Amino acid sequence: MKITIASGKGGTGKTMIATSLTLSLAAELTPPPLFLDCDVEAPNAHLFLKPTFEQRQDVGILIPRVDEAKCTHCGKCAEVCQYHAIAVLGIKTLVLPQLCHGCGSCTALCPEAAIREIPDRMGVIERGPAAAGISFARGVLDVGEPMAVPVIRQLKKWAVPQPGQVVVRDAPPGTSCPVVEAMRGADYVVLVTEPTPFGLHDLRLAVQVARELNIPVGVIINRDGSGDAGVDEFCAAVGLPVLMRVPFERAIAEGVAQGKNLVEIHPEYAAHFRQIFNQITTALS
Amino acid sequence: MKIIITAASPNIDSEVDPRFGRGAYFLVVDPDTLEWQAHPNPGVGAPGGAGTLAAQFVANQHAEAVISGDFGPNAYGALQAAGVAMYLFGTNTTVREAIERFKAGQLEHVGAPTGPGRHPRG
Repeated sequence: MKITIASGKGGTGKTMIATSLTLSLAAELTPPPLFLDCDVEAPNAHLFLKPTFEQRQDVGILIPRVDEAKCTHCGKCAEVCQYHAIAVLGIKTLVLPQLCHGCGSCTALCPEAAIREIPDRMGVIERGPAAAGISFARGVLDVGEPMAVPVIRQLKKWAVPQPGQVVVRDAPPGTSCPVVEAMRGADYVVLVTEPTPFGLHDLRLAVQVARELNIPVGVIINRDGSGDAGVDEFCAAVGLPVLMRVPFERAIAEGVAQGKNLVEIHPEYAAHFRQIFNQITTALS
Repeated sequence: MKIIITAASPNIDSEVDPRFGRGAYFLVVDPDTLEWQAHPNPGVGAPGGAGTLAAQFVANQHAEAVISGDFGPNAYGALQAAGVAMYLFGTNTTVREAIERFKAGQLEHVGAPTGPGRHPRG
């Protein structure tokens, strides 16, 4: 079972929910869950789950290197490149690494076999044990690197669950490619939102992404009571289950600001999270 | 001689399009005879790498110089590798006027990218 926690809007409480769910399940499941921090541009779940990283690996993509001695400047590589990361300019073939997505088309289709691929580092993936026996892994994108997807993809491939181990993925905010990658392959998506027009706007987009991927969705409303009824009306209208409501409460905000989890601030939530998990399991079977 | 200038519409009396990678048209012009040909920019709707694509077009045309309002790092690097001279159109408004100033040696030659890239991978 793989559950991705996403939101659309940033700052709605994804990481608080993802880590609280994981901690609640860790007390009951053997083995405890595998947690993946897929927000590789700004990973912060370690603040709640306190892992010790024992393994680390560089990740990146393979970018083309052209052997000018073999290149006939036929232009095939430039023609097939979707990202215009390679240009044939008279008698020179120029690679623009910052545009390359590492798809390998130029290398595969070069009629002279004049292109080979060299690794281009974009970040690092790390893993190790965390609180309550949780297996923790995360990706960290290098500063200045614009492309998060390869790091997330390689994190998912590297940190594989044991048989029967539940996986909780904490997604980045937004609804673009990194979020799609964090959702892809999940059995269920939990969207954490807030009851504001902004929360609703991004929730609608996030629901579309999950539905495009054919993944069932449930909603958690955080800071409940702080805004308007728009999110509730939307969920009712499109048939989305509201799995949980976390009230807009000073004690929770203060606790999170001190690095505490929802289940540490209010231990009664642990049972609620386990009940949500059972509800999801039942809905999927 | 053949030069290329970015244009807002497909004729020599068009305004210069100040964008190189995202300019609407490329006008291929012979500055001596003022004979011209308009080509739609193949990269105008590209999700990224428009500058490279535009530079590829210029190189394929075997142009000696290109006039526009802005050359980002990818376009600049590619045009330089292709040996194409880059000029800024300055205060001129039409393609015809820009070409007259080019012939008079009054356009600013570009020796470095004129702005940051806009669409990195991602």
